[in-house]
This record gives sequence, structure tokens and C-alpha cells, in this order.
Amino acid sequence: MESHQVRILSNEKVSERYWHMIVDASDIKENVEPGQFFHFLCSNSIYPFLRRPFSVYRIDSDRNTLEFLYLVKGLGTKKMTELKAGEKIDIFGPLGTGFHLKESDSNILLLARGVGIATLAALAYKAVGKNKKVIAILSARCRNDLLAADYLTSFGVQVYKVTDEEGTSDLHNVKELINQLLIENDIHALYTCGSKRLARLMQSIGKREGLWGEIALEENMGCAMGVCFACLCHIHDGHEAKSARVCVDGPVFPLEQVILQ
Amino acid sequence: MKNAAVNMSVDIGGLVLKNPVMPASGTFGPEMEKVIDFNRLGAIVLKSITMFPRAGNSAPRVCETPAGMINSIGIPSKGIEYYLENSVPSYSKYDSPLISSLSADSIDEFAKLAEIVTKSNDVDAIELNISCPNLKGNGLAFGMDADITFNLVKKVRAVTEKPIITKLTPNVTNIQEIAVAAEEAGSDCLNVANTFLAMSIDVHTRKPKIGNIMGGLSGPATKPIIVRLIYQVSQVVHIPIIGCGGVMSGEDAIEMMLAGATAVQVGTANFIQPDAMIRILKEIESYMEQYQIKDIREIIGQVVINQ
Repeated sequence: MESHQVRILSNEKVSERYWHMIVDASDIKENVEPGQFFHFLCSNSIYPFLRRPFSVYRIDSDRNTLEFLYLVKGLGTKKMTELKAGEKIDIFGPLGTGFHLKESDSNILLLARGVGIATLAALAYKAVGKNKKVIAILSARCRNDLLAADYLTSFGVQVYKVTDEEGTSDLHNVKELINQLLIENDIHALYTCGSKRLARLMQSIGKREGLWGEIALEENMGCAMGVCFACLCHIHDGHEAKSARVCVDGPVFPLEQVILQ
Repeated sequence: MKNAAVNMSVDIGGLVLKNPVMPASGTFGPEMEKVIDFNRLGAIVLKSITMFPRAGNSAPRVCETPAGMINSIGIPSKGIEYYLENSVPSYSKYDSPLISSLSADSIDEFAKLAEIVTKSNDVDAIELNISCPNLKGNGLAFGMDADITFNLVKKVRAVTEKPIITKLTPNVTNIQEIAVAAEEAGSDCLNVANTFLAMSIDVHTRKPKIGNIMGGLSGPATKPIIVRLIYQVSQVVHIPIIGCGGVMSGEDAIEMMLAGATAVQVGTANFIQPDAMIRILKEIESYMEQYQIKDIREIIGQVVINQ
């Protein structure tokens, strides 16, 4: 756990609201797992000066690069878009607990919304590498925000796209789609990120079907190392509810444990 | 420090520190062991502990403002029992003294907590957090009233021999009155100060940026006000002051010491650079070498006022 000054290899706008950054990770000795994140110092200014957490979109161990797909939302991410290839950026990580893939699960279903697609893309890549069949439902406001769809398809993920603009992303429609996919495929595990509404749907389906799963949570963070308690969420622990820190106890949690408010 | 010619040791009211740099309560925890050497710190200051377990406030709990951060964490706590059995002993392997920060709902509960904590040999001093703005409505805190501060510190004084650091709130009309009350009640040291009650609104959603509506502002934006408060407090008390609010560099620490602080706490900076305290220590040392200061105590309160 340390901060690294990494060289930016590219930083480009890929759609109206999303940017894609590739950094040279050859100085990062720690193993990086899908679902883990880095805490980015978006600028060296006094405003903004707090770090922003971004989960890893792609881990390329052959080229020794890490890729991040980020939604330009506020001051920090706007500043990040000003960075150019060749410049350095201070990233702290890898942080948090990543996703788990069970040997026995040969078919998995991913449900991602918005920037959550970036988080699940890294998992999809690893799962395909382990010869698992990966089915992904990608949800977004508009077709242009379904950035990773082609990338996921390129390495063999079976992708289904739903969007608000086409009127296909409502809960009922997604539920029907999942039910159909469960009939057609022998799904063993569920993974989700990016929408509490969709996560609740995945929880209820997991419960109904007796399937285990995992969820990657997003939360505003302070320290990202477990000391400030800014990113608390609530999880079931036996019959009790207890708080957990998204940054160190997560961001990936067992799907059935998380209390989604 | 490496350079033996430079003495950085300070005394904060009966507790001698090897150097004047320590974390601010709530911005430090065992996880930072992977990032910094705790033995380098002047002291270890733990997150405020309460008598019973309690949940935190509603999210979002932090937001950024120009050169500042607003937080309303709400002191989530596992209670004093867990704290003394697990948290405190885990630090006994470090030689830096341990300061326990206490938070309570009443004066009697503060005294009870202090009594319990006093029994632990691992606790070297007590910091009374009578100033958290995130526990009651409108940011109310015990430390806003001089009489309540006096009675609270006096009750704690009666049950402990350990050094007492009273953490003052900046959200008062006259901090000097409260500082004097704490000193007269037997506080050994003052922390100036906790966070500033603040609020920020997202103009696009029209919602407060903090779930609890208001929170406490920290970071460099608060530093000039903290320097002023340290200066004002140092004019009326005879006990040491710990400066706390926006220390990002060695020069910030020196500035607070010139204003009258004996030591400093570092908070927000830890979130930006997890090893900030070690860098700040090195920068203080460089400053001392630059001005040939052999003993850091030489600069305490040495702001030059031409009148």
C-alpha cells in the first residue's frame, strides 16, 4: 500500500461524459485484482486537493499497464482530463478487496450500470481467461455511454445492452432479460456494480435462485485506507446489521450481505 | 531524528514527545502502519472513543471545498470495552506515546470514560473531545460554554492523573474564555482546535453536500484562523497548546509554533499524502537547520510583534 508516481501513456475522451486513461504500471509491484481501486491525486493544486477513487478497468500484465475508464462528474475528474500523455500522476493503491471467482463456477452473469461497467470489465476479462462463460448486461443512460460493450465482445463476453434512451433499462425489462438468461444458461454466480436499484434486483434473484454473488460498492471517500470512516456502508452479519468500510472491507462485498438503502 | 544536533523534543503538559508532530484524532489508524513508521511520530492519537457502540452519520460524510474538507462522520465507535481490549493494546509495540481521545454525551460520562481509560497502562494521555460539531443539532458542543467546560474538565481531573488535553472548538465568540476555564479546571494542555461548523450546497441538485446537512471544515482553508486562535489562546493561558487545522507542511507547523503552539496535529494532509507527517517532520528539521535552531522549543511563541 503506497503511492506511486506513474507515467500517463494516454488520456482520451471516449464519449460525451467518459474518459479513458492508460498508465505505465511497471513500478507497481503489488498484484492488482479486478474490483480493487486506486486513489488518484487528480491535480497538484489546492482545489481540488483531495484524492478520488477509481476502480481498475483493465489490467494488462503483458504490457505492464493499468487502464481506468472515468466519468467526468466534478472538479477532480475535470482536472484529470487536462493531463497529457507523458505526464505523471500520483496514484495510491491498489486498495480494497477485489472480486472472487470460484473454480466451480463455469458460467457467470454480470449486471453493470454506467461507470460500474468499467469495474466489471476487469472481472469479465479475468473470468474469460479462466475459461468461464461470461454474460454481461450493460445498462446506461444512452447508447454512447455503453463504452466497453465492443471491448467486452472482442474477448468473448456475451453482451446485452439496455439504455434509458431506448426505454429498455427499466427494472421490469431487466428482470425479464435476466429470467430468460437464467433459463437459457446454467448460471452459477452473479456480479453487479453501478446501481443500487439493479443491485436490489440481483439480490432478490440471487435469493430466489439460491445463487451466490458479489457487488462492488461506490462511496465518497476520505482516506481510502480505513482510518476516517467516511465511506461506511451497512451489511448483515448473522442476524445483526453492522457497518463496514467500503475502502478496506470492500469495495467488493457478498451480494446478499449488503444492505442497500 | 537522524540529526542528533537538532533537538525536536517537546513537553505537552507532562507528556514528553520526541518531536512535535502527531495525527489529529479521526485521521489515523492501524492501517497506516503499511505507509508510515509509527515510531517516528511524536504521539499516536486514536479516533474518539465513546462508552457504547454507536453508528455514524448518514452519507455523504465528506465533501471538498476550496482548500478544505467538510466531514460529518459522527464518531462511529465500537465502544470502550472493545477499544481497551483490542485497539489500544495493538499500539503497545510502538514507543510513541498514545493519546486517547474521548467523546461522551454528558459530563458524568466523560468522567466515567476517563476513569476507565486511566486504568490502562498503554494510555499516556487523554484528549477530551468536547468540540465535535457532528453529534448534536446545530453543531452544539460542550466546549461552547465556559462553565460547562470548567465543570467537565474538573470532573475528569478528579479521576485521572494522566495528562489532560482539552480539545477546544473554534465555533465560539471568545475562545480565550473557554481556554482559561479549561486551564483553571486543571487541563494540562489545550488543542486549538476542532473543525469549523460549515455547510456546502450542490447548486445542481440543490442538496447539502453532507448527509448530516452541516459538518466540520478542516484543511488549509482554516489555517489562518487557527493561527489566530493559537495566538489569542497563548496570550491568556500558561499551559502548552497543540495547533490543529490545515497543517500541510513543515512551514505550517513552524507558523503555529511561532504563534504559540508547542506541538501540532496533522489531519486532512494524511488523506492527500498518507506519509505527510514524515515529510512534515523532515521539513521542520530543514527549517531548523536553515536558521540554526538547535532546540525546537526556542521558536514557541516567538512571533515578532512590533508595537
